[in-house]
Amino acid sequence: MVKSLQDQRIAIVGVDESDEIGIVPNKSPLQLHAEAAYNALADAGLSIKDVDGLLTAGPFSTLVVAEYLGIEPRFTDSTSVGGSSFVIHLAHAVAAIRQGYCRVALITHGESGRSARTRPPLFQGLPDSQYEVPYGIIGAPVRYSLACMRYMHQYGEERTRQALAEIAVATRKWAQLNPKALMRDPLTFEDYHNSRWISYPFHLYDCCLVTDAGGAVVVTTEEVARSCRKPPVWILGAAEGHDHNMISTMPDLTRTIAYRTGPAAFERAGVTHGDIDLAMIYDSFTYTVLVTLESLGFCGPGEGPDFVAGQRTAPGGDFPMNTNGGGLSYTHSGMYGVFLILEAVRQLRGECGARQVMHKKDKSQPAKIALVHGTGGSLSSCGTAILARD
Amino acid sequence: MTQAEQRPLPVPQPESDFYWEKCRQHELWLRRCNECQQAYFYPREICPHCFSRNTAWVKASGRGTLYTYAIVYRPPTPAFRDRVPYVVALVELEEGPRMPTNLVGIEPDPARIKIGMPVVVDFEDVSEAISLPVFRPANPA
Repeated sequence: MVKSLQDQRIAIVGVDESDEIGIVPNKSPLQLHAEAAYNALADAGLSIKDVDGLLTAGPFSTLVVAEYLGIEPRFTDSTSVGGSSFVIHLAHAVAAIRQGYCRVALITHGESGRSARTRPPLFQGLPDSQYEVPYGIIGAPVRYSLACMRYMHQYGEERTRQALAEIAVATRKWAQLNPKALMRDPLTFEDYHNSRWISYPFHLYDCCLVTDAGGAVVVTTEEVARSCRKPPVWILGAAEGHDHNMISTMPDLTRTIAYRTGPAAFERAGVTHGDIDLAMIYDSFTYTVLVTLESLGFCGPGEGPDFVAGQRTAPGGDFPMNTNGGGLSYTHSGMYGVFLILEAVRQLRGECGARQVMHKKDKSQPAKIALVHGTGGSLSSCGTAILARD
Repeated sequence: MTQAEQRPLPVPQPESDFYWEKCRQHELWLRRCNECQQAYFYPREICPHCFSRNTAWVKASGRGTLYTYAIVYRPPTPAFRDRVPYVVALVELEEGPRMPTNLVGIEPDPARIKIGMPVVVDFEDVSEAISLPVFRPANPA
């Protein structure tokens, strides 16, 4: 008997990047969207004709992307709240599919962060253009470094600095195991500490890459998932939120709205922190990871430096995190969130080769439960999703 | 100087004309709520704390403390190429709200800049119409 839609589990059945990622000046951002969509549908064993829901974020709405792909979706969602958007799209896709608004939802991303020939103009009347930009409070490194400095003041500069270095070094170790990662040279603690200042307190190696990349995810019903090419990865629970836009209006510079999305996603999924085999935590900056781990409740406020100490998040550590090499060393096109999902799905399918993470409770099996957490804007928006294999 | 190299200036909106006009006169004004009694930044007519429409302009003392800062070394746009390193900051005003600004009148050196240090408002005339409120240490070294 076929379960009613409301009772069906919702699965991710296809994921992939564009053909190339990294430095791709020979492709437009829309090409990156389309290639990723093509590849993710092939991964799923589905056709573009099966797609009846489209979700995307960034300067191109679903109107632009659907036309380019040649599809006529009956569910459309251009929620664009920064790099977290694609994780938030997972939650929206689940809701839409359960309500029957669509059956196969395609989430796409394509961005030429490095090589774009043109960039969208800014609306100069917005509050940030009036009150932050004239001071040179422009771009993510400057804005996030303001938050990090406050964290250092509250919780200790030396131990915070060490934590940021731990995260940068551990993430690079994972990148060395990922052939698709842009930065695969070894990174030592000394390299980290000696790297130039971008916006103090951020060194160069506190900051993510700026690359060109596309990524896409296919989400569908349990029923369709059973006929797909690869085993399904279930979306157990997801949550979203935001609590400010400009960094100057962030209620607490040392806590993101993950403090709400984390517990909500865990509750919906029916799992707890201790069940997580793999954490994919948006790493626009090293500090983003530190503040997110605390906000999600993996440790208490100010305890992040102890939590990540001793290369705990590196290969071989007991808290595998950002195993693709992250935004810091794998790729970061600008709105990175979709790539968190790609890596989590691949890990749960056991496709990750040298960097494969195993299930805590049965080390002969690949990771079973993953947490994916996106952060967007100026630490403004968060999306959390808990994913699992059978 | 090309368009890209010009310092980006605010384009005042109907709700902020008063703020920028007062800045031009070298005065810092805030919006304050008569219902919940809280001052807030940035200025808008409806209170972001309690959604009351009973709000008014009040003149700020211009005093506050340094809440956080960063020292920008890599110019975020060509317009800031000649300004680095410069200090961006959030100042907690005596009236309560925090506002974004530049910290001036002090070397861009973490050994000198201390979070919590008292600061006072100053104004940088950047065009005929626009003066930006910036802050400097209240107690010069």
